[in-house]
Amino acid sequence: MRGQVPDCAVQVPGSLQEALEILAREPGRWRPLAGGTDLMVPFAAGRLADTRFLSLQRLDVLRAVEPDPEGITFGALVTYTQLRQHPYVQRHLPNLAQSARVTGAVAIQNRGTLGGNLVNGSPAADTPPSLLAYAAQVELTGLGGARWVPVDAFHTGYKQTVMAPDELLTRIRVPRPEPGFHFYRKVGTRAAQAVAKVCLAAYVRVEAGMVREFRVGLGSVAPVPMRARAAEAVILGQSVDRLPLAEARAALMEEISPIDDIRSTARYRRIVAGNVLVQALMELDEALSRC
Amino acid sequence: MDSKLQLDLTVNGERRSVAVYPMARLLDVLREDLGLPGTKEGCGEGECGACSVLMDGQLVNSCLVPAVQAQGAELVTIEGLALGGELNPLQRAFVACNGAQCGFCTPGMVLASVDLLRRCAHPSEAEIREGLAGNICRCTGYVKIVDAVQGVRP
Repeated sequence: MRGQVPDCAVQVPGSLQEALEILAREPGRWRPLAGGTDLMVPFAAGRLADTRFLSLQRLDVLRAVEPDPEGITFGALVTYTQLRQHPYVQRHLPNLAQSARVTGAVAIQNRGTLGGNLVNGSPAADTPPSLLAYAAQVELTGLGGARWVPVDAFHTGYKQTVMAPDELLTRIRVPRPEPGFHFYRKVGTRAAQAVAKVCLAAYVRVEAGMVREFRVGLGSVAPVPMRARAAEAVILGQSVDRLPLAEARAALMEEISPIDDIRSTARYRRIVAGNVLVQALMELDEALSRC
Repeated sequence: MDSKLQLDLTVNGERRSVAVYPMARLLDVLREDLGLPGTKEGCGEGECGACSVLMDGQLVNSCLVPAVQAQGAELVTIEGLALGGELNPLQRAFVACNGAQCGFCTPGMVLASVDLLRRCAHPSEAEIREGLAGNICRCTGYVKIVDAVQGVRP
């Protein structure tokens, strides 16, 4: 089972520059390793082809959390524990705090990183739906410089991303949302540790009774974490008194492409994803009527 | 074939140095190289919490930590709690409340409880259940474990 352990090599760069040089010298040969909560599972089971790892543990520059008036920037190595405890995240990005809270349990949250959750590329990851609902961007850095990519364009297929083999995901930028309605729901077999069957994060801003901003991020319903753009289009610009719930639900169920797997069925996922969207919009209605 | 790494650790207050492969799991280093078999392997996938230890004051699943990332770390394992053969108050509470049955999950359960009580001295039942959510027990049904954590008297 662990026969490959003696054959593995690990480099532990002391600076980002050094890490990028190693990647540039042999692109694709050194697999970046952050908190290990994803990679160590297939590695220990002998299901990981990689034997060369680039451990990012000394890159403290990637642990920074930097709020400013327009938003917040997270280093890629920020952990779920840091996310869920950070006052700015709790106050302005409750969906992100909630997604960190439902990722694994305490021991996973202490080690798992926001950057790793994105790079690992699982469509069932818990933070991407929140990042999508908040229109976040990621910074990809290579020796030649850095580029910013919307989270929406980061994943290109099942476990595939736009990140080049000589790049690292270095930072995540989330613009500060205007006051609005936030909704996050993960549907799993049990509350803790379970991988999502369906996950939905939404952010809604209402102005003068009309929906002015509406973004929905989804997990576990397609090969990639995805925005529900068709459902968003149905709701955007509508009066909150007459939201076309059935039409939005139908649009969402049409635009997703869930599969049958060990955790659930395509049919269940499609119905539940539609229902959770309706739940989000009904809770919006309740929240507005309380104001 | 790549070479081993000289791993320097503080384990239960004692400085230890051991030559291990950099991608060896901390769990195996503890059990096989450091002679501390109190830490258990359940699932080996970070789901069950049997391998929980404290690393630099944080609860971790030692099955998911490669040795290289534990370089210089301060570790507390179940062997580090009962000093001088005397159970600590939390361990006594587990005994008093029948919080352990087969015992396999107990080291991890106790370490997760130590971590919780450090962060939150008087946790509610909901806080205990969330703090121990990453630790699976197949015997007790959890009620007696929750009782133990609530019943701990320093």
